[in-house]
Amino acid sequence: MSEYRIQGATGEWEVVIGLEVHAQVTSEAKLFSGAATAFGAEPNTQVSLVDAAMPGMLPVPNRECIRQAVRTGMAIDAAINRWSRFDRKNYFYADLPQGYQISQLYHPLVGEGHLDISPDEKNPDATKRIGVERIHVEQDAGKLMHDQHPTRSYVDLNRSGVALMEIVSRPDMASPAEAGAYLRKLRAILRYVGSCDGNMEEGSMRADVNVSVRRAGEELGTRTETKNVNSVRFVMAAIEHEANRQVDVIEGGGRVVQETRLFDPDKGVTRSMRSKEDAHDYRYFPDPDLLPLELDEAFLEDCRASLPELPDAKRARYEGMGITPYNAGVLTAEVETARWFDALLEAGAAPAQAANWVSSELFGALNRMGKGIEDSPVAPAQAAELLSLVADGTLSGSLAKQVFEVMLDTGQSPAAIVEERGLKQTSDTGAIEAVIADVLAKNPGQLDQYRGGKQALFGFFVGQTMKAMGGKANPAVVNDLLKKALG
Amino acid sequence: MTELTDLGIAAIRDGVRDGTFSARDVATAFNEKVSAAKALNAFLVETPEHALAAADAADAARAAGKTLGPLAGVPIGMKDLFCTKDVATTASSHILEGFVPPYESTVSQNLWNAGAGMLGKLNMDQFAMGSSNETSFFGNVISPWRRNDGGHAPLAPGGSSGGSSSAVAARLCPGATGTDTGGSIRQPAAFTGISGIKPTYGRCSRWGTIAFASSLDQAGPMARDVTDCAIMLGAMAGFDPKDATSLDLDVPAWDRELSSDLKGKRVGIPKEYRVDGMPQEIEALWQQGVDWLRDAGAEIVEVSLPHTKYALPAYYIIAPAEASSNLARYDGVRYGLRDLPDGANLQDMYAATRADGFGDEVKRRIMIGTYVLSAGFYDAYYTQAQKVRALIARDFDRAWEACDLLLAPTAPSAAFALGEKSADPIAMYLNDVFTVPSSLAGLPAMSVPGGLDAQGLPLGLQIIGRALDEQGVLDAGLAIEERAGFTARPEAWW
Repeated sequence: MSEYRIQGATGEWEVVIGLEVHAQVTSEAKLFSGAATAFGAEPNTQVSLVDAAMPGMLPVPNRECIRQAVRTGMAIDAAINRWSRFDRKNYFYADLPQGYQISQLYHPLVGEGHLDISPDEKNPDATKRIGVERIHVEQDAGKLMHDQHPTRSYVDLNRSGVALMEIVSRPDMASPAEAGAYLRKLRAILRYVGSCDGNMEEGSMRADVNVSVRRAGEELGTRTETKNVNSVRFVMAAIEHEANRQVDVIEGGGRVVQETRLFDPDKGVTRSMRSKEDAHDYRYFPDPDLLPLELDEAFLEDCRASLPELPDAKRARYEGMGITPYNAGVLTAEVETARWFDALLEAGAAPAQAANWVSSELFGALNRMGKGIEDSPVAPAQAAELLSLVADGTLSGSLAKQVFEVMLDTGQSPAAIVEERGLKQTSDTGAIEAVIADVLAKNPGQLDQYRGGKQALFGFFVGQTMKAMGGKANPAVVNDLLKKALG
Repeated sequence: MTELTDLGIAAIRDGVRDGTFSARDVATAFNEKVSAAKALNAFLVETPEHALAAADAADAARAAGKTLGPLAGVPIGMKDLFCTKDVATTASSHILEGFVPPYESTVSQNLWNAGAGMLGKLNMDQFAMGSSNETSFFGNVISPWRRNDGGHAPLAPGGSSGGSSSAVAARLCPGATGTDTGGSIRQPAAFTGISGIKPTYGRCSRWGTIAFASSLDQAGPMARDVTDCAIMLGAMAGFDPKDATSLDLDVPAWDRELSSDLKGKRVGIPKEYRVDGMPQEIEALWQQGVDWLRDAGAEIVEVSLPHTKYALPAYYIIAPAEASSNLARYDGVRYGLRDLPDGANLQDMYAATRADGFGDEVKRRIMIGTYVLSAGFYDAYYTQAQKVRALIARDFDRAWEACDLLLAPTAPSAAFALGEKSADPIAMYLNDVFTVPSSLAGLPAMSVPGGLDAQGLPLGLQIIGRALDEQGVLDAGLAIEERAGFTARPEAWW
C-alpha cells in the first residue's frame, strides 16, 4: 500500500524494512539480580555480585520483568509461550562481565503478534498491519567509557543485567514513514502497558534497522542491519540513506553485502561496522543455570487483567462518542494525553467539544510554554468547569480564551476568575439595545452605506457593539438585536 | 585414649555436646595435624583461627546451656571451589590466584550456621577438572596411601576433590566438602578409603560455588563413614532462592533415619557396568557387595542400562560446553589475574591473561566446549549429547521399575601413581566411566570403602538411588559399611 519508491537510474525500487526494537523493561530490579536500575546513577553503583559476574554467582529470573514482557505480548495480540527458555549468547567484550549475554534464541517468551499502524496522521483510520515475529527477554550489557583517562577505558556496569525486551517485527514496512509510524505506535503501546518508558534519549528504547531493496515484485534483496538507532527521526533517516545507498550499489553494478552498519546522526549516513564474514559465532546454548520458564494460567490471567485500555480501543471509543477521527488519533497517541483526556471526560466534559478544545486551546498553550500535558498548569477538573461555562452560555468563545489565559497564569478556578474579573457574558437585551443605539448614532456614514445595500458592514456593527460591551455580550443576542435595529 | 583426630563427625559432635572434651581441644588437635601434613599438599590455605573461633562459639554455647547446632565443634576442610568470605578462593587456578571473595557460598555458610569451623581451603583439580588432582596450579595433592610393595611411589588421591579425600583419609579433618560433576566426590573417596555422597542435583545450592558445568555440579560431603556423611549432608543441603536450580524441598533427617535393614529393597546390578579390562579384584568386590546387600535383606536383580556406553562421550561434550561458557568470566577485566603486555589491546589482554591463567586441562576443555558449541557442529555434538543424556535418564527410570537402588564399582581401578595417566587424557577420562551416568541423570550416588586390593589400596563400591532418595543410598551404604568392616588406614609417613 505504500507509494514510497526509490527512483533509481534504472527505474523504481521498493524498500523492505524490519525493525528489532530493544525496549528496557520498567522494573525496579534487573532481569537476574536484585540490583537497582535507576538511570543516570553514578557509575558502578547499581551493580550486584551477579551483574559483575563474580565467581560462583547465579542468575535468578525476576518475575516482574517476565510479567511486563508477557503483558506487552498480550497488548500486541501475540501468542504467549507458556514454556520458554533462556540461552547464552557467548562473546568476549569488556562491557559483558559474564562473557555471555543471557537471551532467548530458541524458545522466546512471546511468539507471533501484530500491531496496526497509521502512517498518515491526517487519516488515522487508514491502517496497515505490521507483524511481530517474537518478543524475547534478555540482559543488557554495561558501558565502556573512553573519555575518563588518556590511555585507558573504564567500564560502567550499571546497565549490566538490566532487562530488555527485544521486539522483532516482520519485514512488513515499506517506507521510512511506515517505520516511523510503527515505532511511534509500539512506543505508545509500551507506555500504555507501562512495560517500558519509551525514552529513546536515555536509551530505554533503541532499534536495529534491517533494510533491503528490490524491484517491484521481485525476491527480497540482501539486507543490512543498522544497529542501535535511538530516535524515530534517525530511524527514518537511516532507512532513507541506506535504501538509496543500496540502490546506488546495485545500479553501479555492485552487490549489497550482508553486514552490520552504524548510523551517523551528524552526517545522516550509515557506515559499515562488520561484515557477515567476521561475524561472531555466538555459540548459543541453553543456560544451564536456569530452568525453563513455565507460566501457569493464574499468572497469565493476572497479566491479562492488569492490561489497560490500549490505543486502538480507546481511539474507537472516542470516535464512538462523536470525536473526529483526527482528534481521536491525536488524543490517544500518547498515554499521558489519553489519561488527561479521560479525566476530563470523567469530570463531565462533552466529548466532541472537549476534544476540540484540548487539541487546539490546550495543546496551543502547552506548546507555547514548552510543557507536556502531564505538567499542564490546568487540571482536567478545572478544564471541565471552563467548558461547562461555555456550554451553558456563561462564557463566549473569546471570553473562554481570556479566562483560560488567566487560569494558566494563576491556577485559579474559572468560576472565580469570571466572578472576580466580571468576565461573564451578558444577554441583557436592554443593555445591548442601548449600546446598539449608541453605535448606530456614532456611525451615520456606515449606517447609510449598509442601508444602501452594503450588507457586509453587518460585521462592522457587531464588532463595534462587542467592543463597546467589553466583549461580554452574548454574540447571538447581539446578532438578533442588530438585525432588528438595522431593519 | 584415642586421639581426638581419630574421631569422626558424630563422635566429635557427641563428645562436645556431652562435655567429654572441648571443641577448642578438637580444633587445636586438627589444626596441628593440618600444619604438620604439608607433604600431602592437601591444604592451599590454613585457617586455624576460623576453626578455633567456631570451636569457642560451640564451647560458649554449651556453657550457656544453649542447644548446639548439628556440627557444633566439628572442624572441617573446605574444597577451594567454595567461595569463602575474606579467605582466598582460587579453584586451584592461577587465574584466580589472590582472589578473596567478599561473600560466602551458601553451602559453606550452611555449615558455619550448623556450628562447623574451617581448618582451611583444600587443594583440588583446577576448576574441578581432573581425576587425579594433577591439574592444580598449586601442585599435586599426594594420597596418604602407599602401595604395600615397599616403594614410595606417590599415589593420586583421586579428583577433583583430591585435597578433600587426602585430608580426610589422613585424619587431618573429620570431614570435608567436595563437589561432584562427573564423579569428583565418589572417585577420590574410593581411592582413599573414605565415604562420600553426591546428592540429587539441586539438593545443595550452587550459589557461591565456582562453576564448572552448571547442569551437573553438586556439592556433597566426604567423611570417614556413612553416618558422618548423612550428618554433614543434612547441614549442607537446603533450598536456596539464590540458585534457580535449587530444589524447594525440606531436608530430611537422613542421619536419624539411617537403617541398614534393607528388607523389601531391590538392588539392581547393571550388566553394562561389566566393562572389558576391569581388574578381577574389582569384579570380586562387586560380587562381595552383592552378597553383603543380600545379607542385609535386599533382593538382588540384574538390570540393564543400555545407553551406558554413550554416557562418557556425552559427558565430555556437555561438561566442557558448559565450562567453556562458565569460564568466560575469567577475562582479566574485573578480578583475578590480568596479563597486559605492552601495547596490548583488549583482545591481546584476554589472550595473554587466559593463556597464562588457565592450566592445560582447563584449556583443553574450554577448546572442546567451544568447538562443540560452534556453528555447524552444535547439532552433531551438543544436541546429540543432550539426547543421549535424556536416554541415560530414561534408562534409569526404567531400571527403577525393577529395583530401588543400583550397586556398581565406583571406579575401574584403585588409585594410580601420579604421572601415570597425566599424559593420556582419554585414559584419565575413563576413570569416570561408572560415576558419569548418574551425574548426567542428576541422581544421588555414594561411594563407600569395600576393601583393599592386593597392593593394599582401597576400593570403593557405589550405590545409586532414585532422585531424592538419599536415604535409600545412605542406608545401603551403611549396610555395606557394617559388613565390610573397613578399618584400614594409611600409616602416617608425612
